[in-house]
Amino acid sequence: MERKVVFPQKLLPYLLLAPQIAITLVFFFWPAGQAIWMSTLLQDPLGFSVQFVGLENFQAVLQDPAYLATMQRTFLFSFGVTALSMIPALLLAVMADRVVRGATAYKTILVIPYAIAPAVAGALWLFLFQPSIGTIAYPLRLIGIDWNPRIDGTDAMIVVLIASAWKQIGYNFLFFLAGLQSIPKSLIEAAAIDGAREIRRFWTIVFPLLSPTTFFLLVVNLTYAFFDTFGVIHAVTQGGPGKSTEVLIYKAWYDGLIAQDLGRSSAQAVILMFIVIGLTVIQFRYIERKVHY
Amino acid sequence: MAELSLSRVRKVYPGGVEAVKDIDIAIPDGALCVLVGPSGCGKSTLLRMIAGLETITEGDCRIGAGRVNDLDPSDRDIAMVFQNYALYPHMTVYDNMAYGLRNRGTPKDEIEARVQEAARILEISPFLDRKPRALSGGQRQRVAMGRAIVRKPQVFLFDEPLSNLDAKLRIQMRVEIKKLQRALGVTSVYVTHDQLEAMTLADILVVMSKGHVEQQGSPLDLYEKPASTFVASFIGAPPMNLIPVGAGENGPQAAGLTGGRGLAIPPGGATLGVRPEHLMVVAGPVPDDSLGITFPVSAVEAVGAETFVYGPIGGNGQEIIARLPGKALLAPGTPVSVAATAEHLHLFDSQTGKRLGQ
Amino acid sequence: MAAPLDTPAPKSVRRDWIPHVVIAIGIFITAFPLWVAFVASTLSNPEIAQAPMPLLPGNQAGANYGEALLQGGRSGRILTPPVWEMMLNSTVMALSIAVGKIIISILSAYAVVFFRFPFRMAFFWMIFITLMLPVEVRIVPTIQVITNLNMMNTYAGLTIPLIASATATLLFRQFFLTIPDELVEAAKIDGAGPMKFFRDVVLPLSVTNIAALFVILFLYGWNQYLWPLLIGTDARMQTIVIGMSKMIDSAGGPTDWNMVMATAILALLPPVLVVILMQRWFVKGLVETEK
Repeated sequence: MERKVVFPQKLLPYLLLAPQIAITLVFFFWPAGQAIWMSTLLQDPLGFSVQFVGLENFQAVLQDPAYLATMQRTFLFSFGVTALSMIPALLLAVMADRVVRGATAYKTILVIPYAIAPAVAGALWLFLFQPSIGTIAYPLRLIGIDWNPRIDGTDAMIVVLIASAWKQIGYNFLFFLAGLQSIPKSLIEAAAIDGAREIRRFWTIVFPLLSPTTFFLLVVNLTYAFFDTFGVIHAVTQGGPGKSTEVLIYKAWYDGLIAQDLGRSSAQAVILMFIVIGLTVIQFRYIERKVHY
Repeated sequence: MAELSLSRVRKVYPGGVEAVKDIDIAIPDGALCVLVGPSGCGKSTLLRMIAGLETITEGDCRIGAGRVNDLDPSDRDIAMVFQNYALYPHMTVYDNMAYGLRNRGTPKDEIEARVQEAARILEISPFLDRKPRALSGGQRQRVAMGRAIVRKPQVFLFDEPLSNLDAKLRIQMRVEIKKLQRALGVTSVYVTHDQLEAMTLADILVVMSKGHVEQQGSPLDLYEKPASTFVASFIGAPPMNLIPVGAGENGPQAAGLTGGRGLAIPPGGATLGVRPEHLMVVAGPVPDDSLGITFPVSAVEAVGAETFVYGPIGGNGQEIIARLPGKALLAPGTPVSVAATAEHLHLFDSQTGKRLGQ
Repeated sequence: MAAPLDTPAPKSVRRDWIPHVVIAIGIFITAFPLWVAFVASTLSNPEIAQAPMPLLPGNQAGANYGEALLQGGRSGRILTPPVWEMMLNSTVMALSIAVGKIIISILSAYAVVFFRFPFRMAFFWMIFITLMLPVEVRIVPTIQVITNLNMMNTYAGLTIPLIASATATLLFRQFFLTIPDELVEAAKIDGAGPMKFFRDVVLPLSVTNIAALFVILFLYGWNQYLWPLLIGTDARMQTIVIGMSKMIDSAGGPTDWNMVMATAILALLPPVLVVILMQRWFVKGLVETEK
């Protein structure tokens, strides 16, 4: 889409664009280019010699069982967070759609966690799950579950999963509710007259009509789980115990800054870049489709 | 106040599309010129060229003595009323009217005086503190007019200003615009696609089609002597009946037609035009120089003061409309004979559509 | 197969309370961690350690918050700066990012939408592509760039690299495209040039969009984690979110949970208040930025 009527000035637009373009070049394109370049270099640990190795870093990374395990863990984690935040959100939205009164107040409360930093959300849930003192861990212990995210990898994973999903429920709820409210009531009534019972109505009418929202949220939540949960993991588990909560972003950060393996860290960064590009493309294809409706 | 003249004005868009072709129009000081035509005929483009919102590819646009082709819109001493009013939605009515004056550095007390005066004339004084969204369509229209008036420009430009109003309000505002324009005596150019609006408002009526002027002149001239079939069918409602005729021994030759002696039909045939309101029901023979048409009635629309009668002639889809005074007692299916006198007959070239003779 | 209208339907009576119960559970899950954190921030450490921890506020609120704000917390041997200093850093960061992003993106969107000039679309795509280059994928080289520019541990380093934003530019562009052409033409006839039009018309019309973006961007800036972790390595430059996470001893050593929770509450209060007070714009912002 374009405007028909514009201003004739020739120099002014460049001046208006200058700040954004300058920042984009210096802090986005330059480092991104560096990342791609560094991903093809091998640096000895003392930093004395640098050697061009082409795609060897990628080969090494993709053949590293630890990296592959992290990748698998990341996908499990991401889909786990997505499911755990979207399903309750949908349920809540369906219920809130029926409630006429108080819906605004519900919205206000449910969306609060979205405003909270991932690391803070992680801390809140870590506290609830603290072995021996946590308000949730304590009753678990009473019924014989020896809960300890400090030692047990699965327990740790569950805590970061819950904290990450908890933060996102309100957001998903808002979009699901908006989606539900945009479905014409006459359609539901027509289905009711056609003899469909409530649950059947939901699966045959409401859910299909909601699918654009669902798909959109799927992509948004996967992106969130992939990239924005670094804070939760760094604050709560530091990727541990062992490597049991280490995800791709965490590993790229760890290998680059703590282990100082620049070549491999950059190769990981480039792989991540491809994942973001993939997710962005999917998201924009979705938007295009929405426009065509 | 000033006269406005366009000479040999053209507009060619990058890419070669010629939107306005070689137009000459001269509007005397204080006259209201209406540009009318179907959408895409170039009338709005021409108006926007006068305003300076579109560049003029070739030719001269003069306001008063000066050539304004290369001036910015704000330096041309014009004011424009837009179709959707283009009021600044976040400004009050007062500020909307004052904005242009402020940008020109008009002193505050003079702005105040001019805005109050315009508001009084347009009867919008009570709304000066409101935002446009709190106004009705008609009130917004008045504010848009007010914004033009306060500037005291040399030329008013109107771009279909009434087309967003409902029918009743449109007629009311039409009358008001005419009165206002007369009272202020400002040279004006008015664009519309509504021929009735054009007829009632214009001192000079310019009918445009496909980028060129089909005909210009006083509204009655255009009505009485349309220069082409295009003008003939565009001016007047319902439109003029246009019937292809062949050259017979004593006049036009076509199924259902009689009389018309004295019409000089070229050997290749012509298009015969007669307005629906000039057809009268006749019983018995038609005088030789009048034109008689006999057709079976297919539909009758009685609207009280007059009656529209429709029917086919010639069997090739050609339809005749007659506009009869009062109540005409005709039943669908029965034949009817109507006639028009010689001075109400028009003849056009069957190829070019141009008027023949007279 | 429809039921007769006049029979009272017991089903619908039953259904009436189901939504409320489900939503109540949802609200409980949302609010419970916040309540427990608040309670813990008002207790002494021994009170927290006695399992089960009380679920009603204690009387240590003043002491805990006072200590956190003025002295900071500790985890093992690490001592954080006073929380008020970290909150100041977070505030500077969040406000600079929000305001900076809004300014540079409204200007660039204005340029892209209201002018025609060579390489216009190239610039637009350059901005657009930054969507695909989040900090997370260029960690190491970005630090090198910041180091080269001497911006480590400065407010400039914490904020400027984050204020380029495709999302905000796209939002403004979308909105600018809806401004009617006639408004621009009316302004031209009224003698307003591009910057006057920007100030007198575009800016006032953008107010709700700016407010909506401000809420979203304030959250974004306040809740940053990886960036301040990379750039603000000096304790003086720590944000409250980073500081709070440093108070947790993830190695399993003793943690002053009342301090951590008081800091957590202080860390979540500003963004939560912004969301609640500016809810209308927040929801608009969420929806618009995802378009």
